[in-house]
Amino acid sequence: MWQWAPIRDWLSQLITGYWANPLLTAVQVLITMICIILVMAFYTLAERKVIGWIQSRRGPNRVDLLGIPGAAQPFADVFKLIFKEIIVPTDANQFLFRLAPFLALIPALALWAVIPFSPEHVFANVDAGLLYLLAMTSMGVYGIILAGWAANSKYAFLGAMRSAAQIVAYEIAMGFALVGVLMAARSLNIGEIVRSQSGGPLSWYWFWLMPLMFVYFIAGLAETNRAPFDVAEGESEIVAGFHVDYSGMAFALFFIAEYVNMITVSALTVIFFLGGWLSPFQGYLPDDNLLAQPGFFWFGLKTLLPMFTFLWVRATFPRYRYDQIMRLGWKALIPVTLVWLLAEGLMAWFKVGPWKHL
Amino acid sequence: MFATILFYVFGTVLIGAALGVVLARNPVHSALLLVLCFFDSAVIWLLLDAEFLAITLVLVYVGAVMVLFLFVVMMLDVNIEELRRGLASYWPLAVAVAGFVIFAMINVIVLRKLGGAALADATSVALPASNTRALGTVLFTRYAYPAQLAAAVLLVASVAAIVLTLRSRKGRKHLDVAAQVAVRPQDRLRMIKMPGEKRT
Repeated sequence: MWQWAPIRDWLSQLITGYWANPLLTAVQVLITMICIILVMAFYTLAERKVIGWIQSRRGPNRVDLLGIPGAAQPFADVFKLIFKEIIVPTDANQFLFRLAPFLALIPALALWAVIPFSPEHVFANVDAGLLYLLAMTSMGVYGIILAGWAANSKYAFLGAMRSAAQIVAYEIAMGFALVGVLMAARSLNIGEIVRSQSGGPLSWYWFWLMPLMFVYFIAGLAETNRAPFDVAEGESEIVAGFHVDYSGMAFALFFIAEYVNMITVSALTVIFFLGGWLSPFQGYLPDDNLLAQPGFFWFGLKTLLPMFTFLWVRATFPRYRYDQIMRLGWKALIPVTLVWLLAEGLMAWFKVGPWKHL
Repeated sequence: MFATILFYVFGTVLIGAALGVVLARNPVHSALLLVLCFFDSAVIWLLLDAEFLAITLVLVYVGAVMVLFLFVVMMLDVNIEELRRGLASYWPLAVAVAGFVIFAMINVIVLRKLGGAALADATSVALPASNTRALGTVLFTRYAYPAQLAAAVLLVASVAAIVLTLRSRKGRKHLDVAAQVAVRPQDRLRMIKMPGEKRT
C-alpha cells in the first residue's frame, strides 16, 4: 500500500524548526503534483492508443520506452513543445494573454487539496470540502474566457463565449447532482462522504443515486470541454477555439489543465459514487483480508474506469450542436436531478438505502 | 498576530482592487478587478471563520455572476471616452452615497448603535465546528419562512426577467425537438411496391 508515513518521517528528520510544518506540506504537495502531471502525461498517450484501437489503428508506436512501442510519446511531445517559440500576437492584451494559461492550470491543481487519496492522506480535511470543490471547478472557466478575449481573435473569442455559456449551464446540473450526494452522506466533508458509503459495493452511492452519477459525469464531460461537448475547441468550425493563438508551453499549460481536470472529474466520480478508497470486497471477504482493506490502491484502480470512459465517449459520439448542448443541460439534466432529489426525500422518509440508519 | 497581519495585507489589496474597479480604463479590467475584490473579501471572511460564506461568495459571485458579467462586458462595444465624459456630473451623488455608507459603518462598528450590540457579541460566540451545519439549522428552522419567501421572490424575478426579454421573431429557423423526436418512419418514408425489371 501507498503510504506517506515513511517519506514524512524521513523528511521531518531533515527539516526542523519553525518552518518545518509548512515546508513538509510543500514538499508533499510538490510530490503529489508531479505524480498528477505524470499520470496526465501517460493519460494523453492512453487517449491516443485507446482511440486508435477503437478506430482500428495502432496509435503512437515510434518512441519506445523500456521496449514498449510508443510509450515515450508524451515525453517527446513535451520536449517538442518546450523548444517551440511562444508567440504573443501584437494586438493581444499582453498581461492577460500571459496570465490566462496559469488561471486555467492553478484551479485544476488546487482541487486536489481536498481530495482524499486514502483514509489517512488528505491535504486539507476541511468541513466545507464539497463547496470548495464546486468553487474551484467554477474558477477554471476564467482561464478559458480570458485566453479567448486577450488573444484579440474572432475564433478564439467565439470559443471562449461558447465555453463560458456551456460551463455556467452545466455547473448547475453538477451542483444539483452533488446536492443529492450531500443528502445521502449528510456531510460536506469529502472524507466523511467516502466513509458514509462503507459496507460493500451495493452501499456505494452509484446504486441509490444512479441518475445523479450519470448527470454528474455528463456535466463533468461538459465542464472539461471534452467531446461530445468540445464546441469551445471545435476544430472543424473555429480551428482550435480559445487557444488558437497560443503556442509552445503556453498551449501546453491549457492542455495539461484540460487533462488534469479530466482526471479530477474521474477521481470525484469515484469519490462521490463509487466508494472512493473503499474496497469492493468489503463485507464479502473477512475484514482482516488484504483485499478488503481500504486504501489508495482501490481509489487509483477505480479512477481508471471513468478515465477510460472519457476516452470511450470521445471516440464514440459525434459533437453536439450548440442548441442541443443548451437543451440537454437545461431541459434534461437539471429536471433529472430535481426529480431525483424528490425521490431521495422519499427514500429518506421510508428509511431505505443510505438512510436506513437515520 | 499572524491573522492580523494577513487581515491588513488582504484589506490593503481589497481597497486597491476596489479603487481599480472604478478607475480602470478598460471595462474588462474593471470586471477582473471586481473578481479580485470578491476573492479578497472571501479570504477576509475565512479569517473570521465564516468558511461557508467565504466559499459561497467565490462559488456564486466569482464562479457564476462574474463569468456572465465578463461575457456581457466582452461582447459590448463600449466607447470609454464617451462614458467618461459624463463622469464629473455624478460626483455629488457618489459623495452622498459614500458618505452615507461611511456614516452607517461608523455607527455600527465604532459607536455600536444600529444593532451594534449584536455585532459586539458576534466575535465572542464560539462557533460550532461546522458553520455550514449551524447556518443550515438556523435557516431551515428559525428563518424558514423568510428563506422561502426570499426564494419565491428570486424565482418570480428570474421568470419575469425571461418573460420581459424573450422575443420571438418571424421566420427564425428554430427546430422543434419534440416534433423531431415524435416523427415516425411513415411520415418521412414512402414504401412503393413496383415490379422488378425483367431480365433479358
